[in-house]
Order: sequence, then structure tokens, then C-alpha cells
Amino acid sequence: MKVALFVPCYVDQFYPKAAIATLELLEKLGVEVHYPKNQTCCGQPMANSGYEHLTTGCNNLFIDNFIGYDYIVCPSGSCTLHIKEHLHSPEQEEKAVDIRKRVYELTEFLVDVLKVDNLKARFPYKVGLHNSCHGLRGLRISQMSELVAPAFSKPAQLLDMVEGLELVPLSRNDDCCGFGGTFCVVEEAVSSKMGIDRVDDHIEHGAQYITSADLSCLMHLEGILRRQKSDVKVIHVAEILNHYSNE
Amino acid sequence: MSNVTGKSHPELAADFNKDEPRVDWHDETLWWVRAKRDIAAHKLPEWELLRETASQIKHNVLSNLYTYLQQFEANAQKNGVVVHWAADAAEHNQIVHKLLSDKGINRMVKSKSMLTEECHLNEYLKEHGIDVIDSDLGERIVQLAGEPPSHIVLPCIHKKKEEIGDIFHEHLGSAKGESDPKILTETARQHLREVFLTRRAALTGVNFAVAETGEFVICTNEGNADMGAHLAEIHIASMGFEKIIPERKHLGVFLRLLTRSATGQPITTYSSHFKKPQEGREIHIVIVDNGRSIQLGREDFRNSLKCIRCGACMNTCPVYRKSGGHSYHTAIAGPIGSILAPNLDMKKYADLPFASTLCGSCSNVCPVKINIHEQLYAWRQVIVKEGYSPASKTAAMKAMAFTLSSPVLYRSAGKMGRVVFKYAPFAVNNKLNPWYKHREMPKAPEQSFGEWYSKRKEGQN
Repeated sequence: MKVALFVPCYVDQFYPKAAIATLELLEKLGVEVHYPKNQTCCGQPMANSGYEHLTTGCNNLFIDNFIGYDYIVCPSGSCTLHIKEHLHSPEQEEKAVDIRKRVYELTEFLVDVLKVDNLKARFPYKVGLHNSCHGLRGLRISQMSELVAPAFSKPAQLLDMVEGLELVPLSRNDDCCGFGGTFCVVEEAVSSKMGIDRVDDHIEHGAQYITSADLSCLMHLEGILRRQKSDVKVIHVAEILNHYSNE
Repeated sequence: MSNVTGKSHPELAADFNKDEPRVDWHDETLWWVRAKRDIAAHKLPEWELLRETASQIKHNVLSNLYTYLQQFEANAQKNGVVVHWAADAAEHNQIVHKLLSDKGINRMVKSKSMLTEECHLNEYLKEHGIDVIDSDLGERIVQLAGEPPSHIVLPCIHKKKEEIGDIFHEHLGSAKGESDPKILTETARQHLREVFLTRRAALTGVNFAVAETGEFVICTNEGNADMGAHLAEIHIASMGFEKIIPERKHLGVFLRLLTRSATGQPITTYSSHFKKPQEGREIHIVIVDNGRSIQLGREDFRNSLKCIRCGACMNTCPVYRKSGGHSYHTAIAGPIGSILAPNLDMKKYADLPFASTLCGSCSNVCPVKINIHEQLYAWRQVIVKEGYSPASKTAAMKAMAFTLSSPVLYRSAGKMGRVVFKYAPFAVNNKLNPWYKHREMPKAPEQSFGEWYSKRKEGQN
């Protein structure tokens, strides 16, 4: 199995620990992981701002980096979804289609492909799971509260395998955190208020950590927590699943 | 409603957010409605099948509109209903005005109709000396307050009961400081009773028009549409042309979905069928295009015409809940309004498709499965291509795209300024960083993952 690690630009630049944890976790599970070193960004910041027509360069670069792998695994639901839905190339559309079918968000890869049923991980804390919208409603890694269908959650299924970890319930299980890419600056007032309310929900239920399969949401929530000088920390789900503590 | 302030959604939303407790109250009120909708939906195991069925029926309608509209017209005429066609808002208003002036009527009672809001009928008639009273309680409250509705189903959801008490005290003579909803409702009821008994003309909207029978159905919880229509000598019904459904048997699908999605009720208190005028009275129906045929021709946005105006997308939308209906500066607010409005005026409403995080909850609650968030994304592409985005944003995006297309540039930009935030605060023409207003910036790590990985590889070799 040839697996490529896709580390989105903002994870590469701001949250290398999450990418390292992803790599180590996959290796622990026996996967040989390649990291194509010329990767940059999926192009989502431009596309979601209405500039999809400027993403050709990014798309072609992405195709060059990731063609030929069996699976492409990414620790970000949002970027994974963008590739799945919007990777196109006028010159090499066949390759784009192939890649769109092979890209996986980390937790769905662990559950659906590797079929992980136990983990050597320990994280003795109260953790709130933030469902990112793109992971949830785009990739459907968890059941959505709006739909009438049986409940499931791939990240929660994995977190349940972690020793000592207690998932706290939330009042609004899948309300958006308000990051929204460029929305966070264009609509600063609403975006911040949405983030503050999400953070409050986790804090009110006693979370010591907020985790998610999407660091973009966590980056937003972390900004608010740090402004509030809160003790609550954010942590990517890969860092928990890769964590072993004797505390 | 037109944007009298000239402000965009982010500016109006920022104004709304100055009063945080009010935002919390607004958010919680609408979330409560959303939760009621969830309970109602989850009681029906066949809910998702119902949504799919409704969506397919509407798909059929949109593919065969011409046929169904002609069938409806022929059947309505057979029933003795007069059918009028209006190409746009102006023509709709003129038709209504002529019907009234031909009969020498200068006072009309009107039940809820978002189409008349879209056409600005009340203002038009007022300018022509015709007094209109809205008979839906929520509509009446905002009318007295001199405001447009802020929600298509709950027009005065932005008003607290104390504020409504003040409005009623000023306009309807209720006691000062009275805020008991029961007493206020009774005050409105007494006032409207007089209106119903004295108006010779009533205007209603149309929820569903049945091609097979030429009848139309109006859903209200207050029975006010019936009161107006039954007592007046002339009943005018305003209808967007997408309101057609093929057969009477399809009504059951929509009636089951509509109110569960809107308020969590199993069905509206009154689902009234209108088919033939009573003897000596008249029913007129005005079928309005007003941009709908243009939207029908836009393949990516055609599905927006499936909308049955339940408002579920607004209740679930975190942006709507936290920015208020008026921040959308259009008759139909929220996610659905944001995909309908740019069709009417792309320049004026260029901000609205961006007033979303694309979280997708709107598409999930939509009872006719409109892919709302995908259409918001698609509108963004159209708006930028048509040149309605700020030049500063375009310049920033070009620089960003250029950097991110080159691994070398990306790595050096990353080292210099941690690439994402170097370009993030665009689209705002001031030097303040909007991120920093309520949030700390992420801490830049010593090295990127790429740098760490290269070192690890060196170590391995």
C-alpha cells in the first residue's frame, strides 16, 4: 500500500506537531508513508473566496505531487473535502479524477481503510470533540444532527479506544465554529461570536481539551481561548491518538 | 427590503453584534425553533424519503413549468378565477393597484406574502394612496414599527415582547408597559377584527398552486388569510410562478414537510384551499416572474426555485442566528435569500454569498433538498468573475495563488511570515487586522513540518 501524506499549508506552517503525530501514528500502524516534499496548498483559500479560476497552478502542483499513490491521507477534513470536490485540471483531468477518489481524511482512513479496532494510546483528560463542518457534512465522518439516520462518529469511535480519555457531551453537537476560511476576517464580528459560543459550550461541559479532525477550526478556537487566557487547550485528534502518557 | 443604510452584511452584522446579550437571545430563540424542527423530523422514520420525494416533484415542476402553468391557468379560469401574468415587480404592483382602483377601493387587508415584500407592494400602494394593513400578527408588528420582516416565517423574531408592548401602546392603545403575549395578541385581534370587517379587498400569498385542479392553498397559523379572503368582495392572490405543483395528491408531501421544517408543528393550523369565488365575489391570481425565469436558466442555481419558504435554513444557519435577518438587506434573508438575491441584483447583493461559512447545515435541513451551500460557493465564483469583488481582494488572491503554486516561493514565504496570515487580512480596506480583534494569532513554531521532515530524512540517511 503506497500512502502519501498530504499536509495542508497552514498545518505545515503553524501546527507541525499534528502532522508529525499523523505520520508517526500511521507508521505505528504499519503504513509506509511518503511525504511529497513539493506540496503547498489545496487551493481552498482562493476557491472559497470566489477565485477558483486562480487555482490551476495549485491544482497542477497537487496532481504532480500526489499522482500514483494508492491513498492520500490528510489530517484536515476541510482540505480533503476541497480536493475531493474541486480538484480539476484542464490538461490532466483524468489524473485529477483519480486523485479525488483516493484522498482520505485521517480518521476516515483509520476507520474505513485500516479498520483500526484498538490503539495503544492514553490521554487521561476530559475532551470535547468539535465536529468540523467540512468533515461532518462534507465528508460525512460523523452523523449530522439535521438528518434522520443512525448516529455514528469516526473520530469518536477512535477516541473511545484511548485509555483514560473522557469525551464530554455538548449542548450543540455540530454547530459551526465560525472559522470559514476567509469568512473569519471578512465577517470578523459574526465569526468571533460563533467561535466564542463554541468555546463556551466545551468549557461549560468541563472540557480540558478541545479536539477535532480539522485544525482550521482549532486554530480559530485556540485564538479565542488564548485571548480569554483560558487553561483549555486545543489538540488535533492525531496528537491524542498518537499520545501515550503514564500520568 | 432595500438596503436603506447602504451597508454590507459584514457591517450590518457587526452593528448587530454590538449588543451581545441580544445576539445570544436571538441565537437561542432560533435554535429553539431548530430543535423543535429536529424533534418533529425525527418522529417520522420516512423523513428523508419525504424530502427526496418533494425534491423530485419540484424537479419535475421546474422541468415542465410551461405545461403546468398553462394547465393551472386553464383550470383556474374554468373555476371562475381571473389569472394575470406579471413579468416583474412593477407589473405585479400595477396589476394589484388597477384591480383596486377600478373598484374605487383605497383600503386593503393583506395576509403574509413574501412575494409582495420582494415587490415592495406596500410602499407602492401607499404612494398611490392605498392603505394596506398586514393581518399576520408578526407582519403587523413590524409594519407598525416601520420595519421590514427579518424572517420569512417569523417576521418579528428579532423583537422582544417588551418592545412589542411599546409598539402596541403607541399604535393600538394597549396599556403602557404591558408585555403579556396573551394580552398583546388579544389587542391585535380586536384591532384586526375591525379591519377584516371593513376591508372590501384582501390580498394573500400562495403556498401551493395545483395545476390539476386550478386551486391554490394558503397555510397560516392564525387563520388571518381566511378571515380576509372570505369577508372581502375581491381576493387577490400573489404567486411566484414556481409555487405550482402538478397534482392534488402531491400536496400531502409538502404539507407534511412545510410546517415541521418551519416551526416543528405537524401541520399548519389552517391549510386553506381556494378554488372558486363565492357568488358575487371575485378571485384574481397574479402569477409573477420577477427574475425567476432568469434563475431557471442558470443551471447552477435552478434548484433554488424549489424553495417552499419554510425558513428552516435561517433557523439553523449560525450566521443568520448571530447576525439577524436585517443584516441581509433583502426581503428573503438567510441562506436561501443569499442565493436568490444575487439573481435579482448581483452588484447590490454581491456580499451575501460570502455571508456564510459553507457549513452545509442549510442544505441538510432543507425539506426540498436545495443544495444551498453549494450554490453559495457557485455564486462566489460568478460574482468574482463578473467583477463585483474588491480590487484589493483580487490583488491579494493573485499574490497568494502565485505563491502557493510554487514550492520554492511557498517555503520562503512561510519562513518569512508563515504564509497563510501573510495574506489573510485582505478584503478589508483598513490597516487593522480583523483576526486580532477578538482572537490571538497562532504561535509560529520553530520549524515547519516540511523542515522537520527534511531533517528527519537527513538523520535517517
